[in-house]
This record gives sequence, C-alpha cells and structure tokens, in this order.
Amino acid sequence: MTQFTGKVWLLGDDIDTDIIIPTEYLALPGVEDMKKYAFSPLRQELAGEIKEGDIIVAGKNFGCGSSREQAPEIIKHLGVRCVIAKSFARIFFRNAINNGLLLIENQELRDHVAEGDVITVTMGEKIQAGGREYPIASLPENLMDILNAGGLVKAMQARNGV
Amino acid sequence: MGHTVIEKIVMRNTGEPSVSPGDIKTVKVDRVMIHDIFIPFVVDKFREMGFRKVWDQDKVVLIYDHLVPTSAVEDVRHFKIGDAFVKEQGLSHFHRADGICHQLMPEMGYAKPGNIVFGTDSHTTTYGCVGCFSSGIGYTEMAAVLGTGEMWIRVPETIKVVINGKLPKGVYAKDVILRLIGDLRADGATYKVLEFSGSTIEEMSVSSRMTISNMAIEAGAKAALFAPDEKTCAYSGVKMEDVNWLYADEDAGYCRVMEYEAQEFVPVLACPSQVDNIHDVSEFAGTKLDQVFIGSCTNGRLEDLAAAAEVLKGKKVAPYVKLIVTPASRSIYQEAVKAGYIRILAEAGAIITHPGCGLCCGRACGILTDGERVLATNNRNFLGRMGTSKVEIFLGSPATAAASAAAGVIAAAE
Repeated sequence: MTQFTGKVWLLGDDIDTDIIIPTEYLALPGVEDMKKYAFSPLRQELAGEIKEGDIIVAGKNFGCGSSREQAPEIIKHLGVRCVIAKSFARIFFRNAINNGLLLIENQELRDHVAEGDVITVTMGEKIQAGGREYPIASLPENLMDILNAGGLVKAMQARNGV
Repeated sequence: MGHTVIEKIVMRNTGEPSVSPGDIKTVKVDRVMIHDIFIPFVVDKFREMGFRKVWDQDKVVLIYDHLVPTSAVEDVRHFKIGDAFVKEQGLSHFHRADGICHQLMPEMGYAKPGNIVFGTDSHTTTYGCVGCFSSGIGYTEMAAVLGTGEMWIRVPETIKVVINGKLPKGVYAKDVILRLIGDLRADGATYKVLEFSGSTIEEMSVSSRMTISNMAIEAGAKAALFAPDEKTCAYSGVKMEDVNWLYADEDAGYCRVMEYEAQEFVPVLACPSQVDNIHDVSEFAGTKLDQVFIGSCTNGRLEDLAAAAEVLKGKKVAPYVKLIVTPASRSIYQEAVKAGYIRILAEAGAIITHPGCGLCCGRACGILTDGERVLATNNRNFLGRMGTSKVEIFLGSPATAAASAAAGVIAAAE
C-alpha cells in the first residue's frame, strides 16, 4: 500500500492548460526549459516555489483547454506528487495517466484545506487532512495497468520488447 | 434500447452488436492528424516506444499551421523534424501551408461520416460536423496510435441538443454554441458527446455546424456529432446510401436532453476570461476595443468572411482599431478573393493574414499587451491566450466582430 505526505498548493476551478503552460513557451526545446513558466499567467512565482513531493489541490475541471501534454509533464517535472481536484478535464486526465502522473478526484477536500497544509494520501483508499479522512476510489483496471507500467511509453516498450 | 450516434459509430468500428456508455472498447483508428507544434514530441515518443513504421501510411495526416509562417527561429526545428518524418515514413498526406488543421481535415476528405479520427489538438472535435467521431489526444497517446492503429476509449454518454425554428436575423451558429456553453458550463459535457438535431440544425450549412462542433470541447465534450444528411454527403463526397446507418434511434438513451427554440437566441459574447462567461452583446455595447480578430478554425470560413464583408461594405475600421482577418484555409482564401470579400475587407482597413493559427493560439500576427482589449471570433479567451494575462478577450460571431471593428467599440451588427 503506497502512502505519501505532502504540502498543499491551493488552486481554483477551471485551471486551464494555457495557465499551466502558455502557448508561447511550447516551442522551447523541452519540458525542463518550460517548467519555470508553469502557472505564470495566474501566479508567476508558483513554479519556483513548488518542491519535490508537494501536492496540488484544485477545484473543478482541472486541466481544461488544449491537448498539450506538456501540462501534466511539467507538473510532474516540478516534483508534484499528485493533483487532487474536484474533477479533471478529459484530455488532461488521459495525458496525466499516460505520463504516470497520479490524479485523484475528491469533491470535498478543496473546500476544507488551506495552502501550506500537510496532507497524507493512501493510494486507492483515503486522504488524511486536518484530522479528517476523505475516501478515494481506485482507477479502472486498464488505467492502473498504464500507471503500474510507469506510463504509456513504458507499456509500449514492454509490448515491443524494447 | 436503441443507440445514439456515437454508440453506432463504435459498434460499426468494433463489429459489436451493442455497446453502452461506460464500456471500455479498443477501436481501429481511421485517421490521425498531427500538427506542427507537437510533431517533435510525437516523433520522440514513437521512437522511444520502440516503433519503426507507422501502422498505415495512408491514415496519417501531418499539418503545419500553428507555426505558419514561423515567428521565432526555434519554430523551424518543428518543420525539419516533420519533413524528415514524412520522408522516412513515406507519408503523402502532408500540408505545409494550406490552412488550419481542423479546416483541412473535413475539407480535404480526411475525416468522413462514420470515421473515428484522433488529432493532437483539442479542437479535433470539429470533424463531428460531418458525423465523424473525432477527439483530441496527447502526443504520447498519438505515438502509441501511430504504432498500433488502435486506441482504447470509454464509450461516452450522450447529451441530446435539439434546436427548432428559424434563428433571428443577426444570430449565427457562434451565438448558438456560446449560449450552449454558458448553459452547460466549462465542464458540463466532460467525457460526454453532444448530439445535435432539430430543424435549425437541419437548416445549417456544414460550415455553421463546424463552428459548433469546434467549440464543443469548451464545455469539456469528447465529441460533438451531427448525423449526416444530404449537405454532409455533398460536402464529404460520400453517398447517402453508404451512411444511412448513421443516425440516432428514436429510443436511444441520453443522459440529458436540452431543447431550444431558435427564436430564443440573441447575439452573445464570451467575456473575459472564461468561455462559459456568456453575456448578451447589448450588455457590453460601447466598450472600447483595441483590436478585432476574424478567423480561426471556429469562424474563418467563407460564410464568416461573407458576413463580415456584408457588415463592412463601404465602411472603415475605426482608426485606432486593428482588424485582423485570417481565412481558415488556402482554398477559402481563394474563394473569398473570387467572391470579392477580401477586397471589401481590405478596403475597410483590415490586415489580411495567411491561413494559420498564429493569433488564436497567441504566438503571432497580433499579440496584445497589458490593458488592451480584443473582440475575436476564435474559440478561447483564456487568461494570457493572445498576449499578456492582462489582455481582455471577448469572443463573438464574425458579424458582431465586424460591426465592432467599424464602431471601435463592442456593437451588435444591425
């Protein structure tokens, strides 16, 4: 059973992919070059402040907008352990799983935690925050297969015998 | 129980006698579209996964549009990698400067009724205008499809949208879809399909339907589908008897039904900085503008340029406003020249640009800065989309945009 603890960064509803990484930086050579601009239209300082193991907690429809896969990749490269949101946009959801970025849907947590709070996640079971527990569901089997393989690239490598 | 349009497409594709929302199915992909901005990433992942050849050369389309023409030296790298991939894989469906991907896919017949198509851009939902199940995916997923020709999907639930009657004068498909997004909200159709029907929809051109399917993603939709009719067949070059299986059954199951009377619609705007922040144009009338943009895969077609030209004929753009007009494809550009629309727009003072995504995706051809305000016909008004995060972006129809360009302030077309 995987369990981890992290510091919360709090974001609102409808955090779109242009906020996560604006189009003007998408032609930079790689996500390492782009990541310092993450969330810059909303909070310019945020990318520099996020530390390895931190957790983003957001409102509904996180990742709405474009199909840019740099969005979940950058969040992963910033060291974010997982994103917990009231709901996720469809393309972002698939892209995150394909990149091995853990997403957790929870309706209540966002309204009960503050930025800087430290919370604990037990995979497929619960989130513990401020003395309360929030149950979380496990992902469908085909998605867990991709996550367990370490993302879609690794799953395809296994298929191709690479 | 009967089936919705999306269920019938998945059933036909998989050969299964019945599918239901929530089923996880592996489908055979009929076509894929990869656009310039993500080509290097797709190619990298494709190789990293251990693939050497694409599954079917005929089913792959590469389109350069977001970076055409280039605006930064780094952009050239995308073309070099794309050109090399086309050569290596022996691809023939390749467009270097013919227009915006979502216009070209249906226009060139790459996306046809009943097909399943995936593209690397979120507005891939556009091809639903011809009854094609099409949706956006990321570059890793695209690399896997290029290698395998397959993709897993969860069969989505369907929201039925019925619109009946005649739209009032001055109200366009753009006003319809904006209103609908306002009613659904930005996540109201997440992982669902919007299926359109009713006499208003039947009356609409394929171009107008395209405006609607293009923006369905702004409510989170996986696809937006119009069952094919005679207009679709004429546009896509297919026979009605070959697509007569593609309709929703009377007793199909829907998760929600939204019904509208066409007369209810009025010209509207998506106001800063969310596409579901919908208000009547009249509420913002008189708001001063710095720039107006008519174009994009949402509203850069011949009927859009015609609507703008009709409003601007014999008029001038306000002296302090920059009007930028971008046709959606080269062929539309040529038709608009022939029809005289480009001359009218140029004489009114418009800056006409080559077909491409430049301004809509905030990369070129009219980037704005702090405190500036733009009324645009494209599909997103997100924070920082067309320049800095302190630019106000309003979205509206080409007629509203043209009338506002002439007035120098937000104004409804007369």
